[in-house]
Amino acid sequence: MIMIRHELRQNRVSFWAWTLSIGFLIAVCIVIFPEMEGQMDGIGEIFASLGSFSEAFGMDKISFGTFLGFYSVECGNILGIGGAFFAALCGISALAKEEKQHTAEFLFTHPVGRTRVITQKLLAILIQILALNLLVFALAVGAVALTGEPIPLREMALLHMANLLLQIEVAGICFGVSAFLRRGELSIGMGIAILLYFLGIVANLSEGAAFLRGITPFGYTEGADILANGSLDGGLILCGMAYTVVGILTAYRKYTGKDLS
Amino acid sequence: MKAIETCGLTKFYGKSRGIVDLDLSVDEGEFFGFIGPNGAGKSTTIRILLGLVRADSGSASVLGKDIAGEKSALLEQVGYLPSETIFYPGMRVREVIALSAGLRKKDCRREAKQLCDRFELDEGKKVDELSFGNRKKVGIVCALQHNPRLCLLDEPTGGLDPLMQREFFSLLRERNRQGATIFLSSHVLSEIQHNCDRAAMIQEGKLIACSRVEELARTRARRVHVQGNLDVSGLPGVRDIHREEDRLSFLYSGDINALVRELAKNPVRDLSILEPDLEEIFLHYYQNRGEKA
Repeated sequence: MIMIRHELRQNRVSFWAWTLSIGFLIAVCIVIFPEMEGQMDGIGEIFASLGSFSEAFGMDKISFGTFLGFYSVECGNILGIGGAFFAALCGISALAKEEKQHTAEFLFTHPVGRTRVITQKLLAILIQILALNLLVFALAVGAVALTGEPIPLREMALLHMANLLLQIEVAGICFGVSAFLRRGELSIGMGIAILLYFLGIVANLSEGAAFLRGITPFGYTEGADILANGSLDGGLILCGMAYTVVGILTAYRKYTGKDLS
Repeated sequence: MKAIETCGLTKFYGKSRGIVDLDLSVDEGEFFGFIGPNGAGKSTTIRILLGLVRADSGSASVLGKDIAGEKSALLEQVGYLPSETIFYPGMRVREVIALSAGLRKKDCRREAKQLCDRFELDEGKKVDELSFGNRKKVGIVCALQHNPRLCLLDEPTGGLDPLMQREFFSLLRERNRQGATIFLSSHVLSEIQHNCDRAAMIQEGKLIACSRVEELARTRARRVHVQGNLDVSGLPGVRDIHREEDRLSFLYSGDINALVRELAKNPVRDLSILEPDLEEIFLHYYQNRGEKA
């Protein structure tokens, strides 16, 4: 447990910065929605008729003029991108930072097996992701309550659940990559998150690229599909969790046999 | 019991040589020196013993435990002080020390306090703000607060002022008297000569000598200091000549009668012939090996 506490302590500034930024942006979007609602009918039609642009962000399938339509696009993007970046940074730096900061020598000359360190670092990431999502969800629900609008709890919970799974997947993949790195990990983590995000956009643009939805976790966080189906896409999530498991197992395999500098 | 035992230990980093076929044996309770120039393979040996890097071939055991299979168990009884002590950023000294004890699942607060007092270490300071020497002191506390059976020390005195160095070696001798094995890797030969019972010399990854320190220092070579106008450069066995005005100093390992005859050819105002210190022996060893190569 000491490594979990240590990791949480080391990452606390980053955790609060990302949590408050994402939570604050989402809350602001929610609070200003009632003011925008009257003007949204016209804007919603414009957004829905922007061709590929509308398709890329799923705005052709939902009404931007409704709270859930607006929430799934605006807040989905804030939580999707922000959460993915946070998860990528947590995952990619978890193992690589020990060699980058030259603290591997301190840590691994104590009687802590590498497997134990990997497991506790992984749990620390999971705790941070869960905590970020719980706080952001609470802020979002609180912001909706503040507007006096009815709270669409089930739909909001589904959208947030999808993003939670996305973050776990991004963190898992980056964690696997982290085991191979010694430095320069942050740019690689951000690169992975951005790549997956754009793969999600490309997957929405054409039928031919739809297979990419099985590769990027942004495939199953598509708000329009979640709201239309009233559920998450189990098949895509299963694929995503498989990538997560592969990432984590790769980390164990590589890091337990690695020469540490 | 052997505190350290390696057999045919070999490690290459790609094409770069780490250590080659290293056989080392250190008894429990010894104060053992490990001497070698930079890049000789001292740190590689220690890093293998600690399980940070894996040997390509050969075997190694520490305190009777195989380093590959029982690493966590053996690390419980080992204290390691690296040449460069680096800690997690943003932490205070007391937090680093507590983290180290926590990783060992031990309550070392009393011993840690005594060590901090002894080395005049401010526990409230952030490690990022500490000088190299003070970071080294934090490393000393982390390495010794759990009273390890084996202390692995890699160039431990770098950054410590002379008073702290003296205190540090005094502490090590105390621990050694209490039964701890001290493995001191250094290129400061006086540290080895003044503190160690036995020492091993390593060069280019290979062990070139291992013996009691007095035996390593015992050699036919002598340091000769002469005052007078002499030229001994043609004399076989003369090396490391230093001339300052009419004072001449050289290391001599040839026939002593030939030296006496050579000295008798010229007026000599002063003469002393001494046993060389370990530093000179060290250079002598490496020079000989270099010549053979």
